[in-house]
Amino acid sequence: MPATTVNPTRMELTKLKNRLKTAVRGHKLLKDKRDELMKRFMEVIRENQSLRKSVEESLLRAHSSFTVASALMSPEMLEQALLYPKQSVALDYTFQNIMSVNVPQYQFHTKSANPGEIYPYGFAATSGELDDAVKALSEAFEGMLKLAEIEKTVQLLAEEIEKTRRRVNALEYVKIPEMQENIKYITMKLDENERSATIRLMKVKDMLLKQTIEEQKKRDAAALEAMSAG
Amino acid sequence: MYKIAVMGDRDSVMGFKVLGLDVFPVTDPEEGRKTLHRLAREPYAIIYITEQLAARITEEISRYKDQLTPAVILIPGKEGSLGIGMSKVSESVERAIGANIL
Repeated sequence: MPATTVNPTRMELTKLKNRLKTAVRGHKLLKDKRDELMKRFMEVIRENQSLRKSVEESLLRAHSSFTVASALMSPEMLEQALLYPKQSVALDYTFQNIMSVNVPQYQFHTKSANPGEIYPYGFAATSGELDDAVKALSEAFEGMLKLAEIEKTVQLLAEEIEKTRRRVNALEYVKIPEMQENIKYITMKLDENERSATIRLMKVKDMLLKQTIEEQKKRDAAALEAMSAG
Repeated sequence: MYKIAVMGDRDSVMGFKVLGLDVFPVTDPEEGRKTLHRLAREPYAIIYITEQLAARITEEISRYKDQLTPAVILIPGKEGSLGIGMSKVSESVERAIGANIL
């Protein structure tokens, strides 16, 4: 018995068969999409892990240089040295389409291209450690940008894979079996109706036949009587 | 044209100012929440947050996970890495595949 009530009609059957065909095709397509997404995801995730590790390491190095610099200099001096940055960064991004998932790709433009020009302070009043820290940071920055791009890609892909997986499973384990069940139910019901119609016809024919035989018998009996009397 | 923001405690984020990024020194979680939401409305494509701060405002951060912008990325703060950034990566894997295969 199907879970939901369906009208056991021929029209319903045709409709269901069409829907089943679409569902099977959709299931196949979604499964392909999921597999491809998964493939891309695996490629990106490994890169993400190694990149995160290296970025974290280089940032920690920069932080430790900063700590030394701030120990050597007074907080006011440090603040003052970093107050007005020479460099400015503008970010632009375009999309890349991975299996209908839009993932960002960043391009950044710095005001001055020369890496030696990033120090916004005079060297006289600051410690050399600060130079190291700034240098380490600017080196880490490119990795950070790449990390942002990849990590966002991973997050967006993960979401899409989850959605696609749910759809595939819903079709495979719920929708398609349900439709097959309904089709089976309707087919059986229709066959049953057909059989009962045939039986009814046979019965009627039988009855008619019996009636005619009965009448014939009566007529025969009447004829016999007439003959014996005459 | 988009901008990049860095959030976290003052000592951890100060250095990024030199690179031309917009720095927002925040230590209080409540303030962090507000700043994050405010930055998300402004044209910031990437927001870096130190793990120390991010650990206390995880819900707010996960809200931006499925949006194209901004990309909220965790970076280790001055006190070192807490491993949250790495665990977020594994979380994504778990979400996509259903099991952690790494």
